[in-house]
Amino acid sequence: MTTTKRVPKKASVSQRDCVACGCCVKVCPLGAISIDRGIQAVVDWAKCVGCGKCARECPASVIEIREVEG
Amino acid sequence: MKKKWYDYLWIVSLTYLILGFFNILFAWLGLLCFFIPLLISVIGGTKGYCNRYCGRGQLFSLLGGRFGLSRRHDVPRWMKSKWFRYGFLIFFFAMFFLMLWNTYLVFAGASSLRQVVTLLWTFKLPWQWAYHGTLFHPGVAQFAFGFYSVMLTSTVLGLVTMVLFKPRSWCIYCPMGTMTQLICKVRNR
Repeated sequence: MTTTKRVPKKASVSQRDCVACGCCVKVCPLGAISIDRGIQAVVDWAKCVGCGKCARECPASVIEIREVEG
Repeated sequence: MKKKWYDYLWIVSLTYLILGFFNILFAWLGLLCFFIPLLISVIGGTKGYCNRYCGRGQLFSLLGGRFGLSRRHDVPRWMKSKWFRYGFLIFFFAMFFLMLWNTYLVFAGASSLRQVVTLLWTFKLPWQWAYHGTLFHPGVAQFAFGFYSVMLTSTVLGLVTMVLFKPRSWCIYCPMGTMTQLICKVRNR
């Protein structure tokens, strides 16, 4: 039997394009996102469960839900 | 999530737009939307205004999100490029200073008060029904007409991109947002 390791999915912000508007912060049910010094959004991967609400909300569509190697 | 008092600031933004239809001098209050974000970014080094207090953003969120008036499509790539964002900031400020210049001309007596609201920097809408004279100089009223033009134009642009793209698409190219982010970048370097 082969065992498949489940890779968790998390929100990942393309920081080059983020405008730091904070829309994602407002919709995150786990309070996992914060705006770092008015420059960009930062996701706390320890809290993020990859629900995708932020990605849907982001006006610039710069948040991607992708598999991350823990 | 429990709503805070600042989640209702969209009412203030909406009231502001409506007041401009009754007495143009209320347009002066819009300066708050210029100075508060600047002060927060210069003193606090954050985009706290965008993140919490921006009533216009909340209004777009509400209309585009809750009322479903947005197609929820991704914005085109060029629209989130640095070129467009900074270009729009420069254009917006050029137009803003042109408006200040026109106000100056009225104060200096070189031109007379024009009771029009200019939409999208082009279309002159007659607006004399919202002007009932001023206790001060006509230049005070000229600034109000000019400033309300800026606010109405940006709201219309924001509404158009709200419908076409995501509710708060305006936030991507909002000149105040771009400027406060720039200030934060410089300040927190």
